Amino acid sequence: MGDPIIQVEDLYKSYGAVEAVRGISFAAERGEVFGLLGPNGAGKTSTVEILEGLRTADRGLVRVCGLDPSQSGHAFKEKIGAVLQSTSLPDKLRVAEAIELFARFYQRRANTDELLERFQLTEKRGAFYSHLSGGQKQRLALAMALVNDPEVIFLDEPTAGLDPQVRREIYDIIEELKRGRKTVLLTTHYIEEAERLCDRVAIVDHGRVMALGTPRELKRNSAGTTRIEVRLARPVVNGLLAHLEGVSDCREFAGTYVLHSAKPPQTIVALVKQLETENNELQSLEMFSPSLEDVFIELTGRRLRE
Amino acid sequence: MSNTWTLTTMRMRLAVRNRAFFFFSFVMPILFLLGAVLFFGRGKTEWMGYILGAILTVTVMGSFWGLSVQLVTFREQGILRRFRLAPLGAGAMLASSILSNYFMALPIVILEILVCRLAFHMQSWGNLWAIFILVTIGSATFSALGLIVASVTNTMQETQMINNLIWMGFLFLSGATIPLAKFPGWLQRVALFIPAEYLATGLESAGARMASGYQVLEDSVALALGLLVAFEVSRQLFRWEPEARVPRKAKLWVLAALVPFLLFGTWESVTGRQLHHINQNFQELIGQLAPPQTTGPR
Repeated sequence: MGDPIIQVEDLYKSYGAVEAVRGISFAAERGEVFGLLGPNGAGKTSTVEILEGLRTADRGLVRVCGLDPSQSGHAFKEKIGAVLQSTSLPDKLRVAEAIELFARFYQRRANTDELLERFQLTEKRGAFYSHLSGGQKQRLALAMALVNDPEVIFLDEPTAGLDPQVRREIYDIIEELKRGRKTVLLTTHYIEEAERLCDRVAIVDHGRVMALGTPRELKRNSAGTTRIEVRLARPVVNGLLAHLEGVSDCREFAGTYVLHSAKPPQTIVALVKQLETENNELQSLEMFSPSLEDVFIELTGRRLRE
Repeated sequence: MSNTWTLTTMRMRLAVRNRAFFFFSFVMPILFLLGAVLFFGRGKTEWMGYILGAILTVTVMGSFWGLSVQLVTFREQGILRRFRLAPLGAGAMLASSILSNYFMALPIVILEILVCRLAFHMQSWGNLWAIFILVTIGSATFSALGLIVASVTNTMQETQMINNLIWMGFLFLSGATIPLAKFPGWLQRVALFIPAEYLATGLESAGARMASGYQVLEDSVALALGLLVAFEVSRQLFRWEPEARVPRKAKLWVLAALVPFLLFGTWESVTGRQLHHINQNFQELIGQLAPPQTTGPR
């Protein structure tokens, strides 16, 4: 591995009594799409905003392109592009004007027409910002993040709240950035986003990195269990399913029992027998190979979107 | 400098697209002028120079509201955060408020002068050079004062409330709406500590008495010093983030912005020169209205 383009070591950030970031460390390589995966309030946005230079860390080391974001001023900002968790622009600013406006602040500037074309905004170039849909606003935010052809791009939950179609469009754009060897730091609480887009992922919860690696590594290093989700006609006594053969973990989420099993066939046979004994009925049963969500549950004891 | 100019053009463009802003900045001053001429002038052309000075004062003081207030909305809506990601300093953002206010006030000022001279037969053009100097410095000073309010308030409502209070003081103690000479002596002295008074007295002198740039030098210097201090104070207090707190030292900085006017107020209070100008302007106005005196026995 070469010198990391993003380096974070033992980062801390508090807001009053609330400790948002508690010793986060990670490094991202040039050309890598690095994901911070975690639920709301995990400390992802605080971390990324420190990296963008919008906030200052209480302590810890932060370097982006070899520069300290809190000290390097305009030289640093020339090298980065960012999509904030919530981007706002003046209502009466037109789409093309927004791109041209921000491009003028930088020494290296991308062509406005090319960006409009690339982000499918050409037809909307004369539209006011307030007249854009959520997806169009987000595409514009992405286009604005690229006006200076940055080395590093920070995307803070770029698809949050968007419908699946728009989300897929954004995925395509990020994959294009990946093909263009841009370094992208992506925060998300969508598992599929992290699995599909990220070369490496840091799972973050309560301001700490719980696990770090490629999605494949994370899944491989988890208990390696199969997830079995069952719905029953009647609730079962707490803990009963946890003792079935092969089951290493059992939790209940909104009426669905999620079992993690190293021996799925034996577990299912034992489950059916148990239900017969209890005079209970199986309403549905689904099996999943381990996912990042399972890794997350295994690490934190809860779902990402709880 | 190029960032400042880029922001200035953008903000002017946004302002003219905002109907309310367009009405208050472009239509309202003209209506105000027409109302003043019809109500106070009543066809007396000899009053027009004085009325022009007062109207120009109100127009220029309008920069106090202007685009400085827009910054509060930008901050509240998180728009400033997006700008903060770009290689852009607070100085450029603040200077763009001042420049765009000025460039938008200028056409109205020209229109008001043209209307007074051509439509209402003002006896002379006034000293246009002195008017230009005062309008330029005055607009920048009042914009910068507006920026201070924008910096120390957290919401648009708060900004409007404080601006209204200060605006009332400017309006009534400047002499632009009620001649200061009609006020009791102690209130005239209080007015000497208010920036609006220097603008009004200067513009009335330039408009009605053809006062030269040199003759309005004191007014110009008072406003220019106020501008420099107010701009630096607003730069120190500028906040990009909606949740950023007003620093504790803010009150001290705000007091610092008043220092030039405290010094000038004290100085003028001691020398009495400004009060002399105020009363001179007023006496000339009254003199122009008095019926011609007959001399000698019939």
